[in-house]
Amino acid sequence: MKSHQSALTIILLSCVLTTTAFSATASSTEASTNIWRDVPPGPPDAILGIAQAFRECTAENKVNVCVGAYRDEKGQPWVLPSVRSAEEIMLSSENKEYLPIEGDSAFVNKALRFAYGANAPLDRIAGVQTLSGTGACRIGGEFLSQFYSSKNILVPDPTWGNHHKIFKECGLTVGTYRYYDRSTNRLDLQGMLEDLRNAPDGSTILLHACAHNPTGCDPTDEQWDQLLDVIRQKQHLIFFDSAYQGFASGDAEADAKALRRVMDAGYPMLLAQSFAKNFGLYGERCGTLSVVCHDAAQKDILMSQLKCIVRPMYSSPPKHGSSIVRTVLSDEKLTQQYYQECASMADRIQTMRQRLVQALQDAGSSHDWSHISEQIGMFAFTGMSAEMCDTLTDQYNIFLTRDGRISIAGLNDDNLGYVAKAIHSVTDGKSITSN
Amino acid sequence: MILPSISRSVLRQHSKAAARYATNIHASRTMATSSSPWSQFEMAPTDPIVGLNEIYNKDDFPSKVIVGVGAYRDDLGKPYVLPCVREAEQILMDKNLDMEYTGIAGEPKFVDLALKFVYGEDSVPIQENRVHGVQALSGTGGLRVFGELMAKHGHKHIYVPNPTWGNHIPIFTNSGLEVRKYRYYDAESSDLDFTNMMKDIKDMPKGSLILLHACAHNPTGMDPTMEQWKEMSETIKKQGLVPFFDCAYQGFASGDPVKDASSVRMFVEDGHLISMVQSFSKNFGLYGQRIGALSVVGADEDEAKRVVSQMKMVIRPMYSNPPRQGARIVTTILEDPRLTQDFLDQCRGMADRINLMRTLLQDKLAEAGSTKNWDHITKQIGMFAYSGLNKDQVMEMREKHHVYCTADGRISMAGVTSGNVDYIANAIHDVSK
Repeated sequence: MKSHQSALTIILLSCVLTTTAFSATASSTEASTNIWRDVPPGPPDAILGIAQAFRECTAENKVNVCVGAYRDEKGQPWVLPSVRSAEEIMLSSENKEYLPIEGDSAFVNKALRFAYGANAPLDRIAGVQTLSGTGACRIGGEFLSQFYSSKNILVPDPTWGNHHKIFKECGLTVGTYRYYDRSTNRLDLQGMLEDLRNAPDGSTILLHACAHNPTGCDPTDEQWDQLLDVIRQKQHLIFFDSAYQGFASGDAEADAKALRRVMDAGYPMLLAQSFAKNFGLYGERCGTLSVVCHDAAQKDILMSQLKCIVRPMYSSPPKHGSSIVRTVLSDEKLTQQYYQECASMADRIQTMRQRLVQALQDAGSSHDWSHISEQIGMFAFTGMSAEMCDTLTDQYNIFLTRDGRISIAGLNDDNLGYVAKAIHSVTDGKSITSN
Repeated sequence: MILPSISRSVLRQHSKAAARYATNIHASRTMATSSSPWSQFEMAPTDPIVGLNEIYNKDDFPSKVIVGVGAYRDDLGKPYVLPCVREAEQILMDKNLDMEYTGIAGEPKFVDLALKFVYGEDSVPIQENRVHGVQALSGTGGLRVFGELMAKHGHKHIYVPNPTWGNHIPIFTNSGLEVRKYRYYDAESSDLDFTNMMKDIKDMPKGSLILLHACAHNPTGMDPTMEQWKEMSETIKKQGLVPFFDCAYQGFASGDPVKDASSVRMFVEDGHLISMVQSFSKNFGLYGQRIGALSVVGADEDEAKRVVSQMKMVIRPMYSNPPRQGARIVTTILEDPRLTQDFLDQCRGMADRINLMRTLLQDKLAEAGSTKNWDHITKQIGMFAYSGLNKDQVMEMREKHHVYCTADGRISMAGVTSGNVDYIANAIHDVSK
């Protein structure tokens, strides 16, 4: 393990970073009348920009298979009934007071048990409430940047686009490890193991806890054996991003298997947790960031440092989403109801996944689409090229991301046939693997 | 351990296996113990304002009082949810809205109403559609996005008043800006240090960011008069500075949101291309919803929109998009005339109670026998009274009287009630006589 000299230096400073001396005569921009003149427009966000394009599209047959938000069989957003019930309860019971910097501790405990298991050693897990998964990754990244000896973080290739931006903002050096083999549309285990071996010791490795975004391709148990072997040898630090627990297989316990395995094995790890998909709380920004520590004393110390990151960013997290999750998971009946509702979303997606493959075959496609059947979670990583995706959008008004990722949740009885035929026509006679 | 007699080779095999097992266990424990990446860390200091709650909560004293965090309390010392907020929540429940992601910039309707609330609907730049902004995570979130935005666009430093809200400093420092201070308050006279403030403003390098508290300066409660604001506006213009307003108490300071926005509106009328962060934590009592706005006045519509697009670039890798509930509540209220009037009445009610407590506290201090001049308590405005107590006196007040305020002597008047004002007055008198 690298020395902690850099960490110690930072510790000796207060949590308010000292500033370097700037020349007193350092001038900045021009006259105040023109302060914004030279600001260029920022580029539209890849995923959210496509969602906007979908909204603005007036074609009647438009299909949104872009943003990873669940849709019911009528193509409508779905608020879980257990969530609504929780809101009703909260109408009379909740005040609007500030949450503590670290968030609602009752919520955080429920959340951590949901992820790590009912018997999780919470006394040595430092957890803070965050603004969903993005916020958790940002807090985790800032924490690593300030306090961890390695500034390297490796993310899978491909990964959720925002991972790169978030960790770069934190001042980390973002590298990738091979993950998906586009020539076979399967996991590239050898490439992954090689890249993890070649990374400097003690690097941070970002892993998707389940239902990898965008590929839907997760390691098997045996593949996990090999991964963990290398990670242990290299003393890498694992940073799990868990955005689909319960939503991937329909079984929340099963979806947490990989991260629990790592925790039980005693590896140090970080976990970013999102309740956007599994509780349908997208817009209420509900999640956690946790660090597994050695003992309670270490946990207290880490909590104090995590709070120092949160306070100058947004002071304390928003409470509506966390109150909902806490209310549901504190009530036995609502909890049972919730698990069923979450499973029903996963089931519908699973069904549509299989039906998509069938519909592609029915449309006459001779491609091997088995990777779609085997993938898990909200997305199908089809293997289509960017050009094919552009054609789908421009000619067929089907909105997806240009990496060929389709949100299966956006498929239903009304559009399935249309989408399958469209995919068939843009892929017919062309390759859906790259060599 | 007594071993049965076994052949040597078997023993060797067993001991090798045992050794391997022990190594593996040791390895996995070692991962968690001595090679723990966190073992060298030290405890970070607690936040002076929020940390106060933690200390207070640990105190068993039955008559303990906390006048720390700036959160309104009613006269029974209870948190207060505005009735118009409760009504808005019921309306929202009945609408059965979804919980989809909102845009990176938040709810457009909310942003529109929030900006009109502070700039005024008849503001010229609003009419010309060159004021644009984003929904922010209350004041803190807006400040952080602004700080990062400016650091990315060539700014190296920002001037804040001395004193200012404590969190300003780490917010801007973490944004990558050097925090410089301008004189603001004279502790000796418990008054605005206007002459020295103007001196410091004239010394600021051209193009510098200068943060101004729109009203109800935190922590001092001392605001410039309108004449003083005028002089500041002229000088800031002449110096070519970039004014940035922190507006956390609109409506909550005087009870009149239009009056409380006077400084902001003056600067806009004077032609400054201001930027501003608004918080709806206090005036709408929506502390925990984290609802605010960050805006700019552009030279033209396109410019303001370009700046907003850059704000979005800061937001996306920070939290992607903001929480909806608070925005929906504020929108529900401000788009309905009757609910808006209810809000204005209830907000004024809070401001009135605080002003009453100011008068009461000053009276009680005199009654307790204090001969010090406590005029500043009623001269100051907003949620806080900057008592003038020093750190030792504050600590003594905590230890001896179990009255908790922040170490700078800032008292949250919202925490003062008719039930505890005597006790507080006596405590203050006791440590300051």
